[in-house]
Amino acid sequence: MTDELPRTDAAADAVGETQSAASEPLLRIEGVAKTFGTFRAVGGVSLDIKAGEFFALLGPSGCGKTTLLRMLAGFEAPDEGRILLGGKDIAQALPHERPINMMFQNYALFPHLSVRDNIAFGLKRAGMVRADIATRVAEMVALVKLEGLEKRKPDQLSGGQRQRVALARALARRPQLLLLDEPLAALDKKLRESTQGELMELQRRLGMTFIIVTHDQEEAMTMASRIGVMRDGKLAQVASPRELYEAPRSRWIAEFVGDINLFDGESKLRDGHRLVIGTRDAGALVVAEPREPVGAGKFSVAIRPEKVKLSRRGPVSEAGHETAINRLDGVVADICYLGGTTTYKVKLDTGGMIQASVANSARLDVDAYSLDQHVVAWFTPDDCVVLPS
Amino acid sequence: MRKVSRLSRFNVASLALGLAFLYLPILILVIYSFNASRLVTVWGGWSLRWYHEFFGDRAMIEAAWMSLRVAVSSATIATLLGTLAAVALSRGEQFHGRTLFSGMLYAPLVMPEVIAGLSLLLLFVALNAERGFWTVTIAHTTLTMCFVAVVVQSRLGSLDRSLEEAAMDLGCNPVRAFLSVTLPLIAPAIVAGWMLAFTLSLDDLVIASFTTGPGSATLPIRIYSEVRLGVKPEINAICTLVIALIAVVIVIASLASKLSSSRGESAAPL
Repeated sequence: MTDELPRTDAAADAVGETQSAASEPLLRIEGVAKTFGTFRAVGGVSLDIKAGEFFALLGPSGCGKTTLLRMLAGFEAPDEGRILLGGKDIAQALPHERPINMMFQNYALFPHLSVRDNIAFGLKRAGMVRADIATRVAEMVALVKLEGLEKRKPDQLSGGQRQRVALARALARRPQLLLLDEPLAALDKKLRESTQGELMELQRRLGMTFIIVTHDQEEAMTMASRIGVMRDGKLAQVASPRELYEAPRSRWIAEFVGDINLFDGESKLRDGHRLVIGTRDAGALVVAEPREPVGAGKFSVAIRPEKVKLSRRGPVSEAGHETAINRLDGVVADICYLGGTTTYKVKLDTGGMIQASVANSARLDVDAYSLDQHVVAWFTPDDCVVLPS
Repeated sequence: MRKVSRLSRFNVASLALGLAFLYLPILILVIYSFNASRLVTVWGGWSLRWYHEFFGDRAMIEAAWMSLRVAVSSATIATLLGTLAAVALSRGEQFHGRTLFSGMLYAPLVMPEVIAGLSLLLLFVALNAERGFWTVTIAHTTLTMCFVAVVVQSRLGSLDRSLEEAAMDLGCNPVRAFLSVTLPLIAPAIVAGWMLAFTLSLDDLVIASFTTGPGSATLPIRIYSEVRLGVKPEINAICTLVIALIAVVIVIASLASKLSSSRGESAAPL
């Protein structure tokens, strides 16, 4: 199991490799910035996106991700920077001059037009002949499985069907780049999950480049091959879903993506590849040294809840490795049963709290812990991430 | 399962009183327009005499024709200008003096008609314009434009901005996006604005009497001057015709809007 988890450095290496091996990117964003009044919505973003990528812009509301997307679509002109599509600067081009289409958050279907006319709208503008339009519309309708609904108006469709029409309309012109602004936000959970799968399948089949904007980190993780996390108008980290989760670059990202335990402390001593960090709430923790060597100073030790194991008496079977393992004694303070997993909050004897997520791999609760029970929470140095405070 | 809300006795009574207050005078006017008697207040049996008289009254017919022409042309110009103003105010980029502009646009809504009429009269006199059809039309356009702008702007405000963006995204330049997406969607408001302007112009007396010239009286002016000499039963007949015209316009308008909204539903095989 451990070899499946990338070490911080291994994952970073992999990304460095793909970047250097990349040929000319389809889209290159260079130092793009946009200010509304006194509010700097996007502050100098640079990003390369290759053809065929499924890229997600992830961030909390107000982080500038939608503004960045609107600049790609042409609805806002950047104040600074360049946007190169296939080597050509399109930063100041009008929306209808770009080979880019967008799927809007509220779908923006034309209410006075039928499903067929909505899909055909962009094709007519492109000057396609009637017969070709009919063929392409039929193809798109089949692609998004809307057969039989061509004559309906948008207000006669369900939310899921409207979403499909919007997708078909945006895909009909075969854009070089498809932008999706929170495409699944209006769907309920089950439908959202199945649509995620369909979108990924579609993107792979068409070999198109998708950029999706979302505030839902699960959605971004599921669908995207690469994620750019935005905060306050800047890209905080661009990485694969796995690297983002296992090797977040900052404390903020670690907390934004998934759940995490954080312990603040100072580095005490170095032992080969191991680093000992003295924390206030969890005592001394042994962690793997991060890729960029760290000097003395303040750090946070971050551990994902599912990496924290619980046992009644500590990892007895691995007694030989006890020196390398972080063992924290405590009592169960809170139990949150989630079906597939159970999250335990353990009050540590050293004062802090640690969350452990345990898979409910057996149906009967023989392994479950009860409130106020003494437990040992343990994890390996490789499971920890050291972050600058 | 059927849920028909029953009106209480109090509600029925207040509804009846309210409707009577609004429509009884009109009903009496309509009935008396079929009066055979020469005296307005004395019932002398049914007759179409006063309608016959009206259609023989050249001056009255001319006034009615004048009123219709003024109403149609001023409503059309006001709809054009009012729609453009509404689009500029709700869609245009933020421009300097926007608040001032919208305030000035809506000023005629609250401006006393006497003042509007007098100031327009002064303007036409200063410009040495010959008063008649065109001066009344221009005056009515300034009066009714703001009503059109209000109606169209409220519709534009409720319209999703991203619809136009979607049209541009799909290959329309901004003008084309407006024509192919926004215009069809605000069309009902534009029609409603036109009809509002039409009826406002048709029944305006104050501004018209300030801005019209000799020989081009509108129907309200004509009726008013006749009434000053004593109410002739013919007036009742004219008023009944005007009411009928307005009623027909309103019925057509509501049928048209119903038709346009139900067209989509009937087209889909459900």
